[in-house]
Amino acid sequence: MWKFIHKLASPPHFYGLAASMIPWFVVPGLFLVAYGAYAGLFVAPMDYQQGDAFRIIYVHVPSAYLSMMTYMIMATSAGIGLIWRIKLAHAVAAAAAPIGAWFTFLALATGSIWGKPMWGTWWEWGDPRLTSELIMLFLYFGYMALRGAIDDTAKADKSSAVLALVGAVNVPIIHFSVEWWSSLHQGPTLVRKGGPAMDTAMLYPLLAMILGFTFLFGALLLRRVRAEVLYRERRTRWVREMILSKGT
Amino acid sequence: MKPRQQRMLAVGLVVIGVAIATGLSLQAMKDSMMFFVSVTEVAEGKYPENRNFRVGGLVRDGSVQRDAGSLEMTFKVTDLRCDLDVSYSGVLPDLFREGQGVVAHGRLEDNGVFVADEILAKHDENYMAPEVADSMADHVTDQTAGLSEGPLECPSQ
Repeated sequence: MWKFIHKLASPPHFYGLAASMIPWFVVPGLFLVAYGAYAGLFVAPMDYQQGDAFRIIYVHVPSAYLSMMTYMIMATSAGIGLIWRIKLAHAVAAAAAPIGAWFTFLALATGSIWGKPMWGTWWEWGDPRLTSELIMLFLYFGYMALRGAIDDTAKADKSSAVLALVGAVNVPIIHFSVEWWSSLHQGPTLVRKGGPAMDTAMLYPLLAMILGFTFLFGALLLRRVRAEVLYRERRTRWVREMILSKGT
Repeated sequence: MKPRQQRMLAVGLVVIGVAIATGLSLQAMKDSMMFFVSVTEVAEGKYPENRNFRVGGLVRDGSVQRDAGSLEMTFKVTDLRCDLDVSYSGVLPDLFREGQGVVAHGRLEDNGVFVADEILAKHDENYMAPEVADSMADHVTDQTAGLSEGPLECPSQ
Protein backbone atom coordinates (compact mmCIF):
# COMPACT_ATOMS: atom_id res chain seq x y z
CA MET A 1 0.00 0.00 0.00
CA TRP A 2 2.61 2.56 1.10
CA LYS A 3 4.92 1.35 -1.60
CA PHE A 4 2.20 1.99 -4.17
CA ILE A 5 1.57 5.51 -2.87
CA HIS A 6 5.27 6.30 -2.82
CA LYS A 7 5.61 5.11 -6.37
CA LEU A 8 2.58 7.13 -7.43
CA ALA A 9 3.97 10.23 -5.78
CA SER A 10 7.30 9.97 -7.57
CA PRO A 11 7.31 12.68 -10.24
CA PRO A 12 8.63 10.63 -13.21
CA HIS A 13 6.16 7.83 -12.58
CA PHE A 14 3.23 10.21 -12.16
CA TYR A 15 4.24 12.19 -15.23
CA GLY A 16 3.93 9.13 -17.44
CA LEU A 17 0.88 7.69 -15.70
CA ALA A 18 -1.05 10.97 -16.00
CA ALA A 19 -0.36 11.11 -19.73
CA SER A 20 -1.88 7.68 -20.24
CA MET A 21 -4.88 8.55 -18.05
CA ILE A 22 -5.91 11.77 -19.80
CA PRO A 23 -7.75 10.10 -22.74
CA TRP A 24 -9.85 8.13 -20.24
CA PHE A 25 -11.14 11.45 -18.96
CA VAL A 26 -11.40 13.37 -22.23
CA VAL A 27 -13.44 10.82 -24.19
CA PRO A 28 -16.29 10.22 -21.69
CA GLY A 29 -16.18 13.91 -20.76
CA LEU A 30 -16.72 15.10 -24.34
CA PHE A 31 -19.37 12.45 -24.92
CA LEU A 32 -21.35 13.39 -21.79
CA VAL A 33 -21.09 17.13 -22.39
CA ALA A 34 -22.18 16.71 -26.02
CA TYR A 35 -25.21 14.67 -24.93
CA GLY A 36 -26.00 16.98 -22.02
CA ALA A 37 -25.73 20.15 -24.09
CA TYR A 38 -27.87 18.78 -26.89
CA ALA A 39 -30.53 17.23 -24.64
CA GLY A 40 -30.50 20.23 -22.32
CA LEU A 41 -30.92 22.80 -25.07
CA PHE A 42 -33.21 20.95 -27.50
CA VAL A 43 -34.87 17.94 -25.87
CA ALA A 44 -35.67 19.04 -22.31
CA PRO A 45 -39.00 20.90 -21.98
CA MET A 46 -38.92 24.51 -20.92
CA ASP A 47 -39.65 25.39 -17.32
CA TYR A 48 -43.24 26.29 -16.40
CA GLN A 49 -42.14 29.59 -14.86
CA GLN A 50 -38.78 30.51 -16.29
CA GLY A 51 -39.36 29.43 -19.88
CA ASP A 52 -36.17 28.77 -21.79
CA ALA A 53 -34.09 30.88 -19.42
CA PHE A 54 -33.78 27.94 -17.01
CA ARG A 55 -31.42 26.22 -19.48
CA ILE A 56 -28.51 28.22 -18.08
CA ILE A 57 -28.44 25.71 -15.20
CA TYR A 58 -26.74 23.27 -17.57
CA VAL A 59 -23.64 25.42 -17.23
CA HIS A 60 -24.32 27.09 -13.90
CA VAL A 61 -24.81 24.03 -11.71
CA PRO A 62 -21.78 22.03 -12.97
CA SER A 63 -19.60 25.15 -12.66
CA ALA A 64 -20.78 25.95 -9.15
CA TYR A 65 -20.36 22.35 -8.04
CA LEU A 66 -16.86 22.12 -9.51
CA SER A 67 -15.85 25.50 -8.07
CA MET A 68 -16.37 24.01 -4.60
CA MET A 69 -15.09 20.54 -5.51
CA THR A 70 -11.87 22.05 -6.87
CA TYR A 71 -11.36 24.00 -3.68
CA MET A 72 -11.72 20.84 -1.61
CA ILE A 73 -9.19 19.07 -3.84
CA MET A 74 -6.84 22.04 -3.55
CA ALA A 75 -7.16 22.26 0.25
CA THR A 76 -6.88 18.49 0.74
CA SER A 77 -3.79 18.26 -1.47
CA ALA A 78 -2.25 21.23 0.33
CA GLY A 79 -2.90 19.52 3.68
CA ILE A 80 -1.39 16.24 2.47
CA GLY A 81 1.59 18.18 1.14
CA LEU A 82 2.09 19.89 4.49
CA ILE A 83 1.76 16.78 6.64
CA TRP A 84 3.55 14.16 4.55
CA ARG A 85 5.85 16.57 2.67
CA ILE A 86 4.77 15.18 -0.68
CA LYS A 87 5.82 17.55 -3.44
CA LEU A 88 3.35 16.08 -5.89
CA ALA A 89 0.48 17.00 -3.56
CA HIS A 90 1.62 20.63 -3.56
CA ALA A 91 1.85 20.48 -7.35
CA VAL A 92 -1.76 19.27 -7.51
CA ALA A 93 -2.91 22.14 -5.28
CA ALA A 94 -1.03 24.70 -7.35
CA ALA A 95 -2.38 23.27 -10.59
CA ALA A 96 -5.98 23.18 -9.34
CA ALA A 97 -6.25 26.83 -8.27
CA PRO A 98 -6.68 28.54 -11.68
CA ILE A 99 -9.21 25.91 -12.79
CA GLY A 100 -11.22 26.47 -9.64
CA ALA A 101 -11.09 30.23 -10.11
CA TRP A 102 -12.47 29.87 -13.64
CA PHE A 103 -15.31 27.63 -12.50
CA THR A 104 -16.13 30.12 -9.75
CA PHE A 105 -16.15 32.95 -12.25
CA LEU A 106 -18.36 30.93 -14.60
CA ALA A 107 -20.82 30.14 -11.78
CA LEU A 108 -21.00 33.80 -10.76
CA ALA A 109 -21.35 35.05 -14.35
CA THR A 110 -24.05 32.59 -15.41
CA GLY A 111 -25.92 33.17 -12.14
CA SER A 112 -25.79 36.91 -12.70
CA ILE A 113 -27.03 36.65 -16.30
CA TRP A 114 -29.93 34.49 -15.09
CA GLY A 115 -30.60 36.68 -12.07
CA LYS A 116 -31.24 39.87 -14.01
CA PRO A 117 -34.45 38.72 -15.77
CA MET A 118 -35.60 36.26 -13.07
CA TRP A 119 -34.82 37.93 -9.76
CA GLY A 120 -34.71 41.40 -11.20
CA THR A 121 -31.09 42.08 -10.25
CA TRP A 122 -27.60 41.25 -11.51
CA TRP A 123 -26.13 41.16 -8.06
CA GLU A 124 -27.26 41.65 -4.48
CA TRP A 125 -24.67 42.59 -1.89
CA GLY A 126 -25.54 40.98 1.41
CA ASP A 127 -26.97 37.82 -0.04
CA PRO A 128 -25.16 34.99 1.76
CA ARG A 129 -24.93 32.58 -1.21
CA LEU A 130 -23.72 35.20 -3.67
CA THR A 131 -21.28 36.75 -1.22
CA SER A 132 -19.74 33.48 -0.02
CA GLU A 133 -19.18 32.34 -3.62
CA LEU A 134 -17.51 35.67 -4.41
CA ILE A 135 -15.29 35.26 -1.33
CA MET A 136 -14.18 31.91 -2.74
CA LEU A 137 -13.14 33.62 -5.99
CA PHE A 138 -11.01 36.01 -3.91
CA LEU A 139 -9.56 33.07 -1.98
CA TYR A 140 -8.44 31.51 -5.27
CA PHE A 141 -6.97 34.85 -6.34
CA GLY A 142 -5.25 35.23 -2.99
CA TYR A 143 -3.83 31.71 -3.22
CA MET A 144 -2.45 32.30 -6.70
CA ALA A 145 -1.10 35.74 -5.81
CA LEU A 146 0.65 34.35 -2.72
CA ARG A 147 2.28 31.59 -4.78
CA GLY A 148 3.33 34.11 -7.38
CA ALA A 149 4.84 36.43 -4.77
CA ILE A 150 7.24 33.82 -3.32
CA ASP A 151 10.11 32.72 -5.54
CA ASP A 152 11.19 29.73 -3.49
CA THR A 153 8.88 26.86 -4.46
CA ALA A 154 9.09 25.04 -1.13
CA LYS A 155 8.24 28.21 0.79
CA ALA A 156 5.44 29.08 -1.64
CA ASP A 157 4.03 25.57 -1.17
CA LYS A 158 3.94 25.91 2.62
CA SER A 159 2.50 29.42 2.85
CA SER A 160 -0.13 28.90 0.19
CA ALA A 161 -1.12 25.54 1.73
CA VAL A 162 -1.98 27.29 5.01
CA LEU A 163 -4.09 29.83 3.12
CA ALA A 164 -5.88 27.06 1.22
CA LEU A 165 -6.63 25.20 4.47
CA VAL A 166 -7.91 28.29 6.27
CA GLY A 167 -10.13 29.20 3.31
CA ALA A 168 -11.65 25.70 3.23
CA VAL A 169 -14.07 26.79 5.96
CA ASN A 170 -15.86 28.80 3.27
CA VAL A 171 -16.91 25.73 1.26
CA PRO A 172 -19.53 24.39 3.72
CA ILE A 173 -20.66 27.99 4.24
CA ILE A 174 -21.41 28.29 0.51
CA HIS A 175 -23.25 25.00 0.49
CA PHE A 176 -25.40 25.61 3.56
CA SER A 177 -25.83 29.38 3.10
CA VAL A 178 -29.30 28.94 1.60
CA GLU A 179 -30.38 26.78 4.54
CA TRP A 180 -28.82 28.65 7.45
CA TRP A 181 -29.91 32.11 6.35
CA SER A 182 -32.59 33.63 4.21
CA SER A 183 -31.27 34.16 0.71
CA LEU A 184 -32.47 35.24 -2.69
CA HIS A 185 -30.93 32.06 -4.07
CA GLN A 186 -33.22 29.04 -4.11
CA GLY A 187 -32.52 25.97 -2.04
CA PRO A 188 -30.86 22.84 -3.43
CA THR A 189 -32.83 21.15 -6.24
CA LEU A 190 -30.79 17.96 -6.64
CA VAL A 191 -29.58 17.06 -3.15
CA ARG A 192 -32.67 17.39 -1.00
CA LYS A 193 -35.15 15.36 1.01
CA GLY A 194 -37.55 13.53 -1.29
CA GLY A 195 -35.16 13.44 -4.25
CA PRO A 196 -34.50 15.97 -7.00
CA ALA A 197 -37.31 18.51 -7.52
CA MET A 198 -36.98 18.38 -11.28
CA ASP A 199 -38.60 16.61 -14.22
CA THR A 200 -36.48 13.67 -15.36
CA ALA A 201 -36.37 15.04 -18.92
CA MET A 202 -34.57 18.09 -17.48
CA LEU A 203 -32.65 16.15 -14.85
CA TYR A 204 -30.79 13.59 -16.98
CA PRO A 205 -29.07 16.17 -19.21
CA LEU A 206 -28.08 18.08 -16.06
CA LEU A 207 -26.58 14.97 -14.46
CA ALA A 208 -24.76 14.26 -17.74
CA MET A 209 -23.37 17.80 -17.75
CA ILE A 210 -22.24 17.54 -14.12
CA LEU A 211 -20.50 14.22 -14.77
CA GLY A 212 -19.10 15.41 -18.12
CA PHE A 213 -17.72 18.64 -16.61
CA THR A 214 -16.14 16.54 -13.85
CA PHE A 215 -14.39 14.26 -16.36
CA LEU A 216 -13.13 17.22 -18.37
CA PHE A 217 -12.00 18.86 -15.15
CA GLY A 218 -10.06 15.69 -14.35
CA ALA A 219 -8.36 15.80 -17.75
CA LEU A 220 -7.54 19.49 -17.32
CA LEU A 221 -6.17 18.93 -13.82
CA LEU A 222 -3.97 16.01 -14.93
CA ARG A 223 -2.63 18.10 -17.79
CA ARG A 224 -1.89 21.04 -15.54
CA VAL A 225 -0.26 18.84 -12.88
CA ARG A 226 1.99 17.33 -15.56
CA ALA A 227 3.08 20.82 -16.60
CA GLU A 228 3.60 21.81 -12.97
CA VAL A 229 5.68 18.66 -12.29
CA LEU A 230 7.77 19.26 -15.40
CA TYR A 231 8.49 22.84 -14.34
CA ARG A 232 9.38 21.87 -10.77
CA GLU A 233 11.64 19.03 -11.93
CA ARG A 234 13.21 21.00 -14.75
CA ARG A 235 16.71 20.64 -13.33
CA THR A 236 16.52 16.90 -12.65
CA ARG A 237 18.10 14.13 -14.63
CA TRP A 238 14.93 12.29 -15.60
CA VAL A 239 13.52 15.36 -17.31
CA ARG A 240 16.76 15.96 -19.21
CA GLU A 241 16.99 12.34 -20.25
CA MET A 242 13.36 12.26 -21.32
CA ILE A 243 13.77 15.35 -23.45
CA LEU A 244 17.05 14.12 -24.97
CA SER A 245 15.61 10.71 -25.76
CA LYS A 246 12.67 12.28 -27.54
CA GLY A 247 15.02 14.50 -29.52
CA THR A 248 12.91 17.62 -29.15
CA MET B 1 5.64 12.44 18.86
CA LYS B 2 7.10 12.14 15.43
CA PRO B 3 7.49 15.30 13.36
CA ARG B 4 4.88 14.03 10.93
CA GLN B 5 2.35 13.54 13.72
CA GLN B 6 3.13 17.02 15.00
CA ARG B 7 2.40 18.47 11.58
CA MET B 8 -0.80 16.45 11.38
CA LEU B 9 -1.87 17.84 14.75
CA ALA B 10 -0.98 21.38 13.72
CA VAL B 11 -2.94 21.17 10.46
CA GLY B 12 -5.90 19.60 12.26
CA LEU B 13 -5.89 22.29 14.95
CA VAL B 14 -5.71 25.07 12.37
CA VAL B 15 -8.69 23.67 10.45
CA ILE B 16 -10.77 23.00 13.57
CA GLY B 17 -9.82 26.34 15.14
CA VAL B 18 -10.77 28.30 12.04
CA ALA B 19 -14.04 26.37 11.78
CA ILE B 20 -14.95 27.13 15.41
CA ALA B 21 -13.96 30.80 15.13
CA THR B 22 -15.97 31.21 11.93
CA GLY B 23 -18.93 29.35 13.39
CA LEU B 24 -18.99 31.59 16.48
CA SER B 25 -18.66 34.77 14.41
CA LEU B 26 -21.45 33.74 12.08
CA GLN B 27 -23.61 32.81 15.05
CA ALA B 28 -23.02 36.26 16.54
CA MET B 29 -23.87 37.94 13.23
CA LYS B 30 -26.82 35.65 12.56
CA ASP B 31 -29.40 38.42 12.22
CA SER B 32 -27.36 40.57 9.88
CA MET B 33 -26.53 37.55 7.74
CA MET B 34 -30.21 37.25 6.86
CA PHE B 35 -30.95 38.61 3.43
CA PHE B 36 -34.54 39.34 4.42
CA VAL B 37 -36.88 39.07 7.42
CA SER B 38 -40.18 37.18 7.34
CA VAL B 39 -43.59 38.82 7.54
CA THR B 40 -44.14 37.30 10.98
CA GLU B 41 -40.93 38.89 12.21
CA VAL B 42 -42.17 42.25 10.95
CA ALA B 43 -45.45 41.73 12.80
CA GLU B 44 -43.48 40.91 15.96
CA GLY B 45 -41.48 44.09 15.55
CA LYS B 46 -38.23 42.21 14.83
CA TYR B 47 -36.98 44.46 12.07
CA PRO B 48 -34.46 47.30 11.88
CA GLU B 49 -36.25 50.58 12.63
CA ASN B 50 -35.50 53.87 10.94
CA ARG B 51 -33.72 52.27 8.06
CA ASN B 52 -34.58 50.31 4.96
CA PHE B 53 -34.71 46.54 5.15
CA ARG B 54 -35.89 43.58 3.11
CA VAL B 55 -38.96 41.50 3.78
CA GLY B 56 -39.63 38.19 2.03
CA GLY B 57 -42.77 36.12 1.54
CA LEU B 58 -45.34 34.95 -0.96
CA VAL B 59 -47.63 37.26 -2.91
CA ARG B 60 -51.16 36.53 -1.68
CA ASP B 61 -53.56 35.33 -4.36
CA GLY B 62 -55.93 38.03 -5.59
CA SER B 63 -54.20 40.82 -3.68
CA VAL B 64 -52.37 42.51 -6.56
CA GLN B 65 -54.02 45.82 -7.49
CA ARG B 66 -52.58 47.98 -10.22
CA ASP B 67 -53.30 51.64 -10.68
CA ALA B 68 -54.57 52.18 -14.22
CA GLY B 69 -52.26 54.40 -16.26
CA SER B 70 -49.25 54.26 -13.92
CA LEU B 71 -46.75 51.84 -12.43
CA GLU B 72 -48.29 52.22 -8.96
CA MET B 73 -49.40 48.94 -7.43
CA THR B 74 -50.23 47.37 -4.09
CA PHE B 75 -50.28 43.78 -2.97
CA LYS B 76 -50.09 41.65 0.15
CA VAL B 77 -47.06 39.58 1.09
CA THR B 78 -47.72 36.63 3.36
CA ASP B 79 -45.83 33.84 5.08
CA LEU B 80 -49.17 32.06 5.69
CA ARG B 81 -49.16 33.33 9.27
CA CYS B 82 -49.16 37.08 8.79
CA ASP B 83 -49.93 39.50 5.97
CA LEU B 84 -48.17 42.72 5.06
CA ASP B 85 -49.47 45.42 2.72
CA VAL B 86 -46.85 46.48 0.20
CA SER B 87 -46.99 49.40 -2.19
CA TYR B 88 -44.56 49.70 -5.09
CA SER B 89 -43.98 51.73 -8.18
CA GLY B 90 -41.60 50.44 -10.80
CA VAL B 91 -40.53 47.58 -13.01
CA LEU B 92 -41.19 44.03 -11.84
CA PRO B 93 -39.03 40.96 -12.55
CA ASP B 94 -40.37 38.31 -14.95
CA LEU B 95 -41.11 35.83 -12.19
CA PHE B 96 -43.37 38.21 -10.23
CA ARG B 97 -46.91 36.83 -9.97
CA GLU B 98 -49.49 35.91 -7.37
CA GLY B 99 -48.38 32.94 -5.30
CA GLN B 100 -44.71 33.68 -6.10
CA GLY B 101 -41.99 34.28 -3.52
CA VAL B 102 -40.77 37.88 -3.50
CA VAL B 103 -38.26 39.95 -1.58
CA ALA B 104 -39.22 43.60 -1.14
CA HIS B 105 -36.70 46.28 -0.15
CA GLY B 106 -38.02 49.46 1.45
CA ARG B 107 -39.34 50.88 4.71
CA LEU B 108 -42.34 50.30 6.95
CA GLU B 109 -44.52 53.40 7.24
CA ASP B 110 -46.42 54.30 10.42
CA ASN B 111 -49.71 53.21 8.85
CA GLY B 112 -48.37 49.66 8.55
CA VAL B 113 -47.81 49.76 4.79
CA PHE B 114 -44.42 48.63 3.50
CA VAL B 115 -43.32 51.10 0.83
CA ALA B 116 -40.97 49.17 -1.45
CA ASP B 117 -38.36 50.75 -3.72
CA GLU B 118 -37.25 47.40 -5.16
CA ILE B 119 -39.06 44.11 -5.71
CA LEU B 120 -37.07 40.95 -6.40
CA ALA B 121 -38.64 37.63 -7.30
CA LYS B 122 -37.43 34.55 -5.49
CA HIS B 123 -37.39 31.32 -7.40
CA ASP B 124 -38.01 28.04 -5.61
CA GLU B 125 -36.14 24.79 -6.15
CA ASN B 126 -38.82 23.22 -8.37
CA TYR B 127 -38.20 22.76 -12.07
CA MET B 128 -40.93 21.29 -14.22
CA ALA B 129 -42.49 21.35 -17.66
CA PRO B 130 -45.59 23.56 -18.22
CA GLU B 131 -47.85 20.53 -18.75
CA VAL B 132 -46.73 19.02 -15.45
CA ALA B 133 -47.34 22.30 -13.64
CA ASP B 134 -50.84 22.49 -15.14
CA SER B 135 -51.79 19.00 -14.03
CA MET B 136 -50.41 19.70 -10.55
CA ALA B 137 -52.50 22.87 -10.30
CA ASP B 138 -55.64 20.71 -10.58
CA HIS B 139 -55.06 19.23 -7.18
CA VAL B 140 -53.71 22.04 -5.08
CA THR B 141 -50.34 21.31 -3.47
CA ASP B 142 -49.50 21.84 0.18
CA GLN B 143 -47.29 24.77 -0.64
CA THR B 144 -50.01 26.93 -2.13
CA ALA B 145 -52.88 25.79 0.11
CA GLY B 146 -54.16 28.71 2.14
CA LEU B 147 -52.64 31.33 -0.14
CA SER B 148 -56.04 32.84 -0.89
CA GLU B 149 -57.28 32.74 2.71
CA GLY B 150 -56.59 35.17 5.53
CA PRO B 151 -53.84 34.97 8.15
CA LEU B 152 -53.98 31.87 10.27
CA GLU B 153 -52.33 32.71 13.57
CA CYS B 154 -50.54 36.00 13.36
CA PRO B 155 -49.11 37.13 16.71
CA SER B 156 -50.83 40.32 17.92
CA GLN B 157 -49.10 43.45 16.73
